[in-house]
Amino acid sequence: MSTVATRELTMADALNEALREEMQRDPTIFVIGEDIARHGGLFRVTAGLLDEFGPRRVIDSPISEAAITGAGVGGALIGCRPVVELQISDFVSLAMDQLVNHGAKWRYMSGGQVSVPLVVRGPISNGIGMAAQHSQTLEAWFVHAPGLVVIMPSTAADAKGLLKSAIRDDNPVVFLEKRLLYSRKGEVPDGEHLVPIGVADVKREGRDVTIVAAGASVQLSLQAARQLAREGVEVEVVDPRTLKPLDIDAIAESVARTGRLVVVNEGARAGGFASEVVARTLDHVPLSEFKATPERVTAKDTPIPYATPLEREVLPSLEGVVSAVTRVMQG
Amino acid sequence: MTSVETGASVALTQLYLAMARIRAFEAKAMDLFAEKYIRGSVHPYTGEEAVAVGVCAALRPEDYITSTHRGHGHCIAKGLELRPMMAEITGRATGYCRGRGGSMHITAMRHGMLGADAIVAGSLAMAAGAAYGLQLQGKDAVVVAFFGDGGAQQGIFHEAANLAAVLDAPVIFVCENNQWAISTPISCAIRIENIADRAAGYGFPGEVVDGNDVLAVRDVAARAVERARRGEGPTLIEAKTYRITPHSAATPTDNRAPDELSYWRERDPIVRFGRELVEAGHASPERLEELDRQAGEEVEDAAEWALASPYPDAAAAEEDVYAPADWLTPGRLA
Repeated sequence: MSTVATRELTMADALNEALREEMQRDPTIFVIGEDIARHGGLFRVTAGLLDEFGPRRVIDSPISEAAITGAGVGGALIGCRPVVELQISDFVSLAMDQLVNHGAKWRYMSGGQVSVPLVVRGPISNGIGMAAQHSQTLEAWFVHAPGLVVIMPSTAADAKGLLKSAIRDDNPVVFLEKRLLYSRKGEVPDGEHLVPIGVADVKREGRDVTIVAAGASVQLSLQAARQLAREGVEVEVVDPRTLKPLDIDAIAESVARTGRLVVVNEGARAGGFASEVVARTLDHVPLSEFKATPERVTAKDTPIPYATPLEREVLPSLEGVVSAVTRVMQG
Repeated sequence: MTSVETGASVALTQLYLAMARIRAFEAKAMDLFAEKYIRGSVHPYTGEEAVAVGVCAALRPEDYITSTHRGHGHCIAKGLELRPMMAEITGRATGYCRGRGGSMHITAMRHGMLGADAIVAGSLAMAAGAAYGLQLQGKDAVVVAFFGDGGAQQGIFHEAANLAAVLDAPVIFVCENNQWAISTPISCAIRIENIADRAAGYGFPGEVVDGNDVLAVRDVAARAVERARRGEGPTLIEAKTYRITPHSAATPTDNRAPDELSYWRERDPIVRFGRELVEAGHASPERLEELDRQAGEEVEDAAEWALASPYPDAAAAEEDVYAPADWLTPGRLA
């Protein structure tokens, strides 16, 4: 039984605490992004940092996603630990060259002379009618880029502990936050709270089916698990928390036990992270141990539409997760 | 060594030697490409030597530069050693980047070389951020970002220049206007006479300089560097120059008019500076020949050393994708 005292925080407040604590301990950290200083960030993640750390370390930038990302890479090369906020994570398409062609590769191309301790963070803003240019879930893009670390937390405690680890890591990290989770409260341990990169967390134990889900898909999967439990199906929800590196041992251990795998992911289906999890699991769990063909519950292969019934149709749903689990239970 | 050289003469002849080194290095690199010791391509800096050498003459060892696909000249001007440079572009384990980068991606942190970037204008925001980060850490080092006239039409140029301006970052953007983007003349790319004029749009000085005049380049760069060190922010320098060899070893076709080429060959920055040194009594013609010979010998030595060096062990291909971390265990990444 844990004796660590906790407080209830929203995910936004937990992220804010992580930034504040890390900036207090390391003067080389600067935070740069659009509306992050005076306004404290559109979603309040950087609220109050300007007052505490001043305008040299908390920078309201021009609307220049490529330049602020590139400046983050450059700052990292000479010994700073920049944290770049993308106001909406979709805007990363403007910064992909700086992130992937520069940040992710500079260490390798230099033969290991440099490291790039950079965090690029921003919200995934789907599910609220923001339409196709503000609602993408793009983790597969980053997982596909050698050199990047990709993190997608599902709880306030994980968000805080992982952001602190991301800032301390010597590699470029893409940190994806779900906008709908910013206001969700959760228990966060008091004091120094670090969550290690590359370690999954079993969010619910169960003997029948393994669901692998990260970020907002964890909440959806837990909801499905509660519903299925009433029908006597015990679902285990494994949250990898970091998508690259991936704790494949934890996933494989669970699947080897249940023999059934469902991956829930809000990204588009083709070339998506769900497909990657299925393939990677097959590398580690013999086909003979599967009692059913693995299922993927993903967004459909469309841009994210605006109108409520359309967006609901495209994104993974509770019914979609429940029926996928039901299918694997039927073998 | 002539005994009449004064301190000033020594400094000037060193500039000549640096330019001669670049010229000899590129000629050798082209030969090694033809002999298939170099993969991919080589983008020779031939004809533009006065820009890199002039700018780097205004820098301290602790200052940084970023470079381009046409980057050998910047490296040599910043003081990189020829042996590991040649080893890098011939793909050897003894290269600056252990054979990972090649001709277009030489990084040498111990010489203040943040890296050569083969994405046109790609390094400008990195340079601005590095400059800002140095200032934030209380250092008075500056960063020079070299790029070409083609790069001035990239979006990142505008974003980086503007961001550097609002951050007062100690960065100097050096646009080497060699007037051609492979086969496209600058007249097809921009509708203004001087790229330096764009600096006004970002709120910092822009200066045009004769990029084939090494001392003029040095003086303009020195003013920009001092301004940056004083915390007064960026400068855009446009050095008008010309590459007198084709775009690259892999694309030898040259559609430029012979008249234009001969016009610029007559304005060769090395020949011109040599003539000035002789006329001003800083060096004899024999001394310049000696420096040319020295440059050639250094380059030959570097090539011999490189070609005698081992290739990287294939097993090293997966090293250094990530910096050391607790989570870096096999099987976790792919």
